[in-house]
Amino acid sequence: MQYPKSQGLYDGRHEHDACGIGMVAHIKGRKSFRVIRDGLEILRRLDHRGAIGADPLQGDGSGALIQIPDALYREEMATQGVTLPPAGEYGVAMLFLPNKADDEVVCKRTVETVLADEGFEWIGWRRVPLRRDIPMSEAVKTHEPEIWQAFVALKTQSDQDTLERKLFVARKVLEHTVQSLELMTGYQFYIPSMSSRTVVYKGLLLADQVGEYYCDLSDERCTSALIIIHQRFSTNTFPSWDRAHPFRYVAHNGEINTIRSNENWFRAREQGTTSDLLGDDLDRLWPLMDPGESDSARFDHALEVMLMAGYSLEQALMLMVPEAWEGHPEMEPNRRAFYEYHSSSMEPWDGPAALVFTDGRKVGATLDRNGLRPARFLVTDEDYIVLASEAGVYTVPEERIVKKWRLQPGRMLLVDLEQGRLVGDEELKSRVAGAKPYREIVKNLTTKLDDLPPVEKREDTASIGTLRQIQSVFGYTREDLKFLMLPMAESGEEALGSMGNDSPLAIMSQRAKPLYGYFKQQFSQVTNPPIDPIREQLVMSLVSFIGPRPNLLNPNEQPHEVRLEVTQPILNTAEMAKLRDIEKLTDGRFTSITLDICFPVDADDEEVEEALGELCRRAAQEAVKGTMILILSDRCASPDRVPFPALLAVSAVHQHLVQTGLRTRIGLVTETGSAREVHHFALLMGFGCGAVHPYLALETAKSFAPDAATAKKYEKNFIKAVGKGLLKVMSKMGISTYLSYVGSQIFEAVGLNGDLVDRYFAGTTTQIEGIGFSEIIGEAREIHRTAWERPDLDEGGEYAWRAQGEHHNWSPDAIAKLQHATRSGKYETFKEFTKLANDETTRNTLRGLLRFAPVAAPIDIALVEPATEIVKRFVTGAMSLGSISTEAHTSLAIAMNRIGGRSNTGEGGEDPARFAKIDKLTMLSEVIGAGRVERDYELQPNDSLRSAIKQIASGRFGATAEYLVNADQIQIKMAQGAKPGEGGQLPGHKVSEYIGYLRHSVPGVGLISPPPHHDIYSIEDLAQLIYDLRSVNPQGSVSVKLVAEVGVGTVAAGVVKAKADHVVIAGHDGGTGASPLSSIKHAGTPWELGLAETQQTLMINRLRGRVRLQVDGQLKTGRDVAIGAMLGADEFGFASAPLVVQGCLMMRKCHLNTCPVGIATQDPRLRKHFSGQPEYVVNYFFFVAEEVREIMASMGIAKFDDLIGRSDLLAARDDIDSEKRRHIDISRVLHNPDIKGEPRRNLGPKGISLKDVPDRKFVRQSKAALERFEPVVIRETVRNVDRALGTLLSGEVARRHGHQGLPPGTIRLQLKGTAGQSLGAFLARGIVLELEGEANDYVGKGLSGGTIIVRPPALFKGAAEENVVVGNTVLYGAIEGECFFCGVAGERFAVRNSGAVTVVEGVGDHGCEYMTGGTVVVLGRTGRNFAAGMSGGVAYVLNEDGGFAGRCNMAMVGLEVVDGDSHDEDSEAYELHRLLTKHRDLTGSKQAEKVLAAFEDYQGLFVKVMPNDYRRVLEERAAKSAEMVGARG
Amino acid sequence: MRKATGFLEYERLPESYERADLRIGHSREFVRALSTGDARLQAVRCMDCGIPFCSSGCPVNNIIPDFNDLVFNDQWKTAIDRLHLTNNFPEFTGRVCPAPCEAACTLNIHRDPVGIKSIERAIIDNAWEQGYVVAQPPKIKTGKRVAIIGSGPAGMACAQQLARAGHEVTVYEKNPALGGLLTYGIPDFKLEKSVVMRRIHQMQEEGVVFKAGVAVGPKVTEVGYIDHSEATLSAQELESEFDAVVLAVGSESPRDLPVPGRELAGVHFAMEFLVQQNRRVAGIEAAAPISAEGKNVVVIGGGDTGADCVGTSNRQRANSVTQLEVMPKPPAEEVKDLTWPYWPYRLRTSSSHEEGCERDWAVQTKQFVGENGTLKALEAVRVNLVNGRFEVMQGTEFQIPADLVLLAMGFTNPTAKLLDAFGVEKDSRGNAQAEFGAYRTSNPKVFAAGDVRRGQSLVVWAIREGRDCAAAVDAWLR
Repeated sequence: MQYPKSQGLYDGRHEHDACGIGMVAHIKGRKSFRVIRDGLEILRRLDHRGAIGADPLQGDGSGALIQIPDALYREEMATQGVTLPPAGEYGVAMLFLPNKADDEVVCKRTVETVLADEGFEWIGWRRVPLRRDIPMSEAVKTHEPEIWQAFVALKTQSDQDTLERKLFVARKVLEHTVQSLELMTGYQFYIPSMSSRTVVYKGLLLADQVGEYYCDLSDERCTSALIIIHQRFSTNTFPSWDRAHPFRYVAHNGEINTIRSNENWFRAREQGTTSDLLGDDLDRLWPLMDPGESDSARFDHALEVMLMAGYSLEQALMLMVPEAWEGHPEMEPNRRAFYEYHSSSMEPWDGPAALVFTDGRKVGATLDRNGLRPARFLVTDEDYIVLASEAGVYTVPEERIVKKWRLQPGRMLLVDLEQGRLVGDEELKSRVAGAKPYREIVKNLTTKLDDLPPVEKREDTASIGTLRQIQSVFGYTREDLKFLMLPMAESGEEALGSMGNDSPLAIMSQRAKPLYGYFKQQFSQVTNPPIDPIREQLVMSLVSFIGPRPNLLNPNEQPHEVRLEVTQPILNTAEMAKLRDIEKLTDGRFTSITLDICFPVDADDEEVEEALGELCRRAAQEAVKGTMILILSDRCASPDRVPFPALLAVSAVHQHLVQTGLRTRIGLVTETGSAREVHHFALLMGFGCGAVHPYLALETAKSFAPDAATAKKYEKNFIKAVGKGLLKVMSKMGISTYLSYVGSQIFEAVGLNGDLVDRYFAGTTTQIEGIGFSEIIGEAREIHRTAWERPDLDEGGEYAWRAQGEHHNWSPDAIAKLQHATRSGKYETFKEFTKLANDETTRNTLRGLLRFAPVAAPIDIALVEPATEIVKRFVTGAMSLGSISTEAHTSLAIAMNRIGGRSNTGEGGEDPARFAKIDKLTMLSEVIGAGRVERDYELQPNDSLRSAIKQIASGRFGATAEYLVNADQIQIKMAQGAKPGEGGQLPGHKVSEYIGYLRHSVPGVGLISPPPHHDIYSIEDLAQLIYDLRSVNPQGSVSVKLVAEVGVGTVAAGVVKAKADHVVIAGHDGGTGASPLSSIKHAGTPWELGLAETQQTLMINRLRGRVRLQVDGQLKTGRDVAIGAMLGADEFGFASAPLVVQGCLMMRKCHLNTCPVGIATQDPRLRKHFSGQPEYVVNYFFFVAEEVREIMASMGIAKFDDLIGRSDLLAARDDIDSEKRRHIDISRVLHNPDIKGEPRRNLGPKGISLKDVPDRKFVRQSKAALERFEPVVIRETVRNVDRALGTLLSGEVARRHGHQGLPPGTIRLQLKGTAGQSLGAFLARGIVLELEGEANDYVGKGLSGGTIIVRPPALFKGAAEENVVVGNTVLYGAIEGECFFCGVAGERFAVRNSGAVTVVEGVGDHGCEYMTGGTVVVLGRTGRNFAAGMSGGVAYVLNEDGGFAGRCNMAMVGLEVVDGDSHDEDSEAYELHRLLTKHRDLTGSKQAEKVLAAFEDYQGLFVKVMPNDYRRVLEERAAKSAEMVGARG
Repeated sequence: MRKATGFLEYERLPESYERADLRIGHSREFVRALSTGDARLQAVRCMDCGIPFCSSGCPVNNIIPDFNDLVFNDQWKTAIDRLHLTNNFPEFTGRVCPAPCEAACTLNIHRDPVGIKSIERAIIDNAWEQGYVVAQPPKIKTGKRVAIIGSGPAGMACAQQLARAGHEVTVYEKNPALGGLLTYGIPDFKLEKSVVMRRIHQMQEEGVVFKAGVAVGPKVTEVGYIDHSEATLSAQELESEFDAVVLAVGSESPRDLPVPGRELAGVHFAMEFLVQQNRRVAGIEAAAPISAEGKNVVVIGGGDTGADCVGTSNRQRANSVTQLEVMPKPPAEEVKDLTWPYWPYRLRTSSSHEEGCERDWAVQTKQFVGENGTLKALEAVRVNLVNGRFEVMQGTEFQIPADLVLLAMGFTNPTAKLLDAFGVEKDSRGNAQAEFGAYRTSNPKVFAAGDVRRGQSLVVWAIREGRDCAAAVDAWLR
């Protein structure tokens, strides 16, 4: 549909959406109007999950899907004198027609003709009655279609399934036909549904408008036994009627991360797939998916075609969204076999997904394997089932409810309306899996490469040249060996680095670079979560099949396709040899062929391109011939033969095979010398390669070894490291399985021209053009030519500076000059620095290609805004105390406070001692404690050590209410430049006493930051976190930090719609933290691209004025700042430069704790060497501001505001001295959307209104408690729309009384009803929050000392321990406090808990994940992966079924018995007994009562989960104190 | 892999010296190189910096962290290969380089720098001992001919690089012994001449032809200019015979001190004195020997050449040795915050000074006082440095008894005669005009490298320029 034309860097393809979903059904299939009315009510109550754009009357769309309301239509059509055939024998097409009259007429004609041609009998048109006068934004109105229904029946007698199939085919034909008419408003033509069973009412409507707009939906004659509803939250604000859900079969909440690969593989199936049911019609369906459709729409298409081909609804969904079966040994074998069998026919549609689906006869819902979207449901004694993203959206008397539960990861719920019953996950899956003997089938058809006998090894590279020469041929550098490969070979892990990336992009480099370097990894931020591939390994899989894939669309055919399985896609020498000889080894079951991918050294460009074409043709011939495995090999490289960049060859062949529809017939394997780091493998596989044999990398790894045995180990380690790295790359994008990663193309090209990309990497984004085919081949030739001559490998110089190597923004002289300048306060010296820095930036970065292009005469510098104002726009980077030393951290804060800029805490809490202003000359040690400072320095009156920006990251360390209220700005770190999409880890030995104190964790116990924020799996979750933070600190602003990548502008637009006040766009090159080297180098893009795209997208969406934009990433000089401003930034972040000012020398050893200048270290011996001073930092920022002023004066600009967004004042330089860089087209970066009336900069705060929230009332009622500590009791009834209850009140407590809060129980909130999300978030000490009812997700998030009690309503009849009482991600990042939940909690209970004590009666998957402290008692069943990444605290689990060990992740914990006697006050048993007693007393828990009644019997059934790290620290402490006692004694 | 915390665990171990009173009794090297075991523990102090400032500070950009790593891992063969990639003659720099790398070492900020120079020397000494240093004759000959004038470190480095690239290289040296200042200027106690000669032999095996005793252009007879040539060759002859010519003749014209009494017997340029001594050690006695034996020696000039004069005088059993410098006394320690990683200006005391010497600063020589044409004393006055000019402090005149004065005040420029002979333009300081990196003079066939181009400098700079110039010549010839 209509999107603004792609312009500048904005591209409509990057739009995302997520949402609220719901479903109501009568299990016995009884149709009623009530179902519809209730469904629409849910929709209204999910309102807050949607978003509103620049115009409050324009939502992102909502809708409903119901069964055909036969009675209504029959009566309506009768008024036209038309009698409908019996229900089920006619179809209804719901049609959006162009609102331009001519086009409308043409479309209607076409509908009639096509349907007639397709064998339908015309029954009649019906204009769908609408209330067009409801308030609607102008933009929405402009695109409002004409909405009609067409009624048709088949001319020939047939069953309803056939009718459906015919309607489907007719619809596809109709869509294709109208599209081919190329009508001016043809984009408005859309068919929401066309079925004899269901009809979809939807549009670009606000949630409460659906029922109003469509008169049918408020007509009591309209009845259905089911309704699916959906409310959309999209990143864009463009009026798009068709993107509203539901689609014909599904409504989806989430994001399909693997959409590119799913789409490609579907395209690959277009040829050569057959379907008995669809027959010849199949060919008329292609292309199945339209470009520009959302991921959900594509999912719907795929599901639809599978249903039409004969799959049952549940079977199709099991194929598309399989549960995690690979790492699930307890799964019923036949079901596992079912999944295993189908994994080769259908790659998972992976990503956070809650799906509600129906074919009109069955209705159900399922959740992705990770369980990353919430869905709660209840069943009533009147046979209603109600499911929605939240609990409490449906009002029903408690006594009628028989079950309250939730969808669980990978589980499915199905209502069979015809059978009139609810079918559980177990039953329906065993039924589906039991339909065929899948175990036997898999066994018969699968050959495992591992099981084949070994082949005599015969291959090595020695015949071609020395190892060093061959390495040179493939462009190896000494650094590849030293920094990347040796660590992988030795340790089986990727090596770490730090301090970001300051070397040039491949396209900016003057050296020949491997093609791999021109691609950047994409990663997920905000709209979908990355996964933790280590702690959540059970969902990950690297299993790959090599060879043809089965025909997808003939489910009833006898399975016959053989499959070759490998456990992971990196093949060693022996495996490769097997593959080559596979025909012999398998008696002809499999066949393989090797094609050479080298070209003659003397071939000209044309001949080379022809050779590539020939390769593609050969590949296609082999596929047609029936060869099953195609091996592309560059082993034939020699002085006469130049290897093609393997990536080019692979992608060219893959895409050719996809286009010719042959790809599913042949497996693709690459044997290449070029692949040597994780990024290379990720690219080869992401562009379609099933497996890679990196012969040269393996030989190289082996060459490091002193002996043969070690060599073997090194080869194994290297493969292991690549495998781990691949999982990381996949999980960064939220992809769990290798099969859906292959061909997913989650990369963007930087520095390749569009022709090349369209031709060989189609579908990949490239924003700034760049080199093309002949230059790439030229670089390949250059590397090849020099290889035979050089005495040694190229130095590289990417990871460490080398005089002979790559350039770096931070040259040794630049560092020296900057330090000398800021220490001496000499501006002349600073200018010397600036010259050096700008020269390097010019060589290395995109902004180097720009020059200032003033349009006004210069002005006197005295007229320019003073430096004291400009420095207020400067902030320092988020670096935690922990990543940097106390000395470095505090000195930055002081400096920034002196100049009125802002420093950032980083993730890791902040010492409350720093919050107060300094009133007299004081030493630092007097403020934060003598034992905590290694190098003291003097503080001036009015200094402040408080960091104005408080970061909140995925670990939530130290993020208390007190911490948050002491912020001017709270920054949500969605990603960081150094390693977007990855988590972090602070090993135990770095958690000092002080760091433990700041982070509210136990010193010595390691801390893990998860890759995602566990309360942000999608954009509406982010909106919720923003709401929570706003609630706790309404005075502060909320910032969201993103990393530049293609599409970041669109994400930013969504973030602004989620009501962030501030957005940071960080460049890929920034980031000071420790990170795997491949992430530092290859993930993310330069900020110039991200910032410009964001500025342009926000303007196009009319959102720019609402938000303050900040840019960071290698900013150093006034020139950098000026260019940043012109590309749209209001503010500027600096991290490495201030560190250099403070003494940093780019050692890049931060991760080793050996920083010799006392900055990135906790070692007291080294911290003594810290020699920074706040004054130096102040000097630096004033120097930069002064330079900015000089630039402004030279351009005739007096006010900084007038510089922002003025990309028209920049032009491409015409004096570029490098051949390669001349290929860059920077014009899209400079694109300046001309949106009338839209500001180019931030116009001031907007924020969220918290005026009418219940907490305002609580604060008023708590006056006596807040001021005089007098006890207060407040009673209130709450609903699901009341979110973050108690949070604003907690902020008030923390503001007045700090973390200490109020005396216990001073304020008692007694609530009834269903609480909205984030109940009791950051609840402060002294507040007790009791809820009778149930609560949604994020209860007790960041709990800061308060008490939360949730118990079911007295009238509820179900057993508490069998029903859900709180949602997902409860107690995330809880610091301290107590919680008692009488009932079951959802997934990720107590994730990253650092101190809360809690009792609950059952939890979902991933309970106690990343927990570092506190006590959790589970009086019931847990889900899988309990205690993953748990480093501290204790959990007691009642293991009544004895199966707990199988559900616990034992990587970091041990299981113990509960020791002692419950009467002994020092014993564990006593503590457990005490908690249970308290739980029973506070909640009336029957489960607790039962256990307490026979505690001696039950004690033995409890398992104590004890983290190994924690036990070690406790034992050490005990030993120490014993020693001390001994010493004293 | 190296230990990340080596620098916290090991202290710097400097090379040790033979006792001063013993070493002045001979002319041999007296530095005791590190054992391989000690070198390993010194190498582990290296932090393998993300930016190796040492490498940046090193004129040949030795990849110091890499060879440190190799030494620590006992990979001595690979270590010398790595070192040779950037430095043709580590045995020279390992002995006489002032080691700007160590000044730039990150450890130098708060601790003692890594003993880079001592490790370098250990690598190359060990390499010669183990026979790792062998000739690397080119596989392919280009047939191009290059003449190099001057066999000092710049000429040698240039010659070796060009010969290995397959060109036919002839080196012309005006003096009978090869090695330029390495052989003639630097005293044996710092660099024994066998060390130079074994390199020359390696180069000969690689195909470099050396023609000693042949001056190119007109013979130069200026005072202080060392030219013992027995034959001459004209610039034109050379130009016609070779495809390219590289001038690597150094900057040999010494700075003079034109004060009254300059003509007195006993006032000499340092180089006259030092060359005689080196030739003496080699067994060649000068016709008019200059000796310090039993004399009161005054060395004017506080630099390295001055220090060499001090050391040589002591070895000749001088009665007293005084060294004067017109600049004020440098601070004992630099302000590292403002100087690191650059070469700091501070007081330096060399091994020669330790052998016995009076030093005085901010002293200007007013005149030499003599009797019968023979030097007896030196009259000096104290000066203040004000805005770059020396102001005499009235009433501070004093006399120092002196029988031998050695002028070690640096060199001004190369001899103009040679540059003129090739028609090479000069820069404002009288050096050959050629851009750093390009090395091409105004005569398209003629290149210039080393002191002749950049003015007086370090051996390590000469090597760098020689190497780079070779690359420029090679690129031009191809």
